[in-house]
Amino acid sequence: MATIEDRILADFVNNDIEFVTTVPCKQLAGVIAKLDSCDSIYHIPSNKEDEGMGLCAGAFMGGKRPAIIMQNTAIGVTINTLVTLTQYYRMPLPMLISYRGELGEPVACQAEMAVHTKALLAQLHIPTYHFHQEEDAEELDAILKYTFMCNKPVAILTDATFWKGY
Amino acid sequence: MIRSEVIKQLIPVISDHFVVCNIGLPSQELHLMDDQATNFYMLGTMGLSSSIGLGLALAQKQKVIAIDGDGSVLTNFGTLPTIANNVADNFVLLIIDNGSYGSTGDQPTYAGQKTSLTAVARACGCENVIECQAEEAAQTVQQALDSNQMTIIVCKCESGNIKVPVIEMDPVVIRDRFMKKLEQRNA
Repeated sequence: MATIEDRILADFVNNDIEFVTTVPCKQLAGVIAKLDSCDSIYHIPSNKEDEGMGLCAGAFMGGKRPAIIMQNTAIGVTINTLVTLTQYYRMPLPMLISYRGELGEPVACQAEMAVHTKALLAQLHIPTYHFHQEEDAEELDAILKYTFMCNKPVAILTDATFWKGY
Repeated sequence: MIRSEVIKQLIPVISDHFVVCNIGLPSQELHLMDDQATNFYMLGTMGLSSSIGLGLALAQKQKVIAIDGDGSVLTNFGTLPTIANNVADNFVLLIIDNGSYGSTGDQPTYAGQKTSLTAVARACGCENVIECQAEEAAQTVQQALDSNQMTIIVCKCESGNIKVPVIEMDPVVIRDRFMKKLEQRNA
C-alpha cells in the first residue's frame, strides 16, 4: 500500500510540479527524502524560506510549476515575501507546511507560533487547508489544481496527528 | 563611477538578455534607461534578486543575468551556498558593490568595510567568481555570458545616486510581458 508520503508526491507529480524547494522539519522528513528519488522534480534545498520563495518565483516565470515545503514557523519569516512577491505579482505557490505546536507536540516553544499560524494566514488572505486525519490528504490533488488555477499562494497545514506523531 | 553609470554601460551587453533587477534604484535606473519586456523589475522584497534569477535559470535554457547589490546580498546571504551547489551555466549574478545601501540614503554596508563578497562567494563554493572595477563591468559581463559557465561578478563602484522616477508599471504587467517574451524565445 502506498504511504502518505508516496501519495503526496504522486499528487505533486500528477499536477506537473517540477521544482520543489525545502527547509526541513522532522514531520516532513519522509516527503523530503522522497523528492530526491523523483526524476521529474528538481529538489533545491534553501537556507531560509524567503529565499525559497524567490527561487520558486523564478522557476514559475521560467515555466516550471513550483512548490515549497517548510515549517509553520516560516510564516513569521516570509510575510513580506508572500505579500510583495508572490501575491503582488500574482504567482501560484503551494506551501506544504508542517503545523508544529499542535496536539502531540513535545516542544513547548512550537506552540507559540502555532497559535498565530492560522490568524496570520487569514490576515494575508491565503487560502488555508488543514490536514488532521489521513483522509484529509485526499483533497491535495484538488488543492494543487486550485492553486495553479487562481495564481495564489495556498497553505496546506499538516499537523502531528496527520503524521501520526514524530 | 557610480551604479547608474555601470548600468548605462551594461545596456548594450544585457539589453537582449533576460534580466532580473534588484529592488529600488537599480530597477528604476534600468527602467528609465532601457525598458524592455526582458527585464523583470523587483518592486519589493529586498534580497531576492539572486534567488529569483537562479530559479529562472534552472527552469529554462535562456541566459539570465541577475543584477544585485552588496546590501541585498548581505540581506540574503544564504543565497550564495544555494547558488554554488545548484550550478546553472546560463546564470550570471552581477553584484554591483558600492559599499552602501544606495536606495535608502547611502548608509555604509559591511561589504564596503571588512567583508569581501568575492571571498565569501568563493568560500561558499562558487567556482567562477570575478571581482572587477566599474569601468570593466560591461566587458566582464560579456565574457561571463560568452563562457557558458555560471559566473558571479562582484563589480566595485562608487557610492552615489541619480534622481530617477519610480516605476509605475503594474507588477502583473511586468511579470506577464517577461514570461511571454521568455516563452517566445524558448519556443
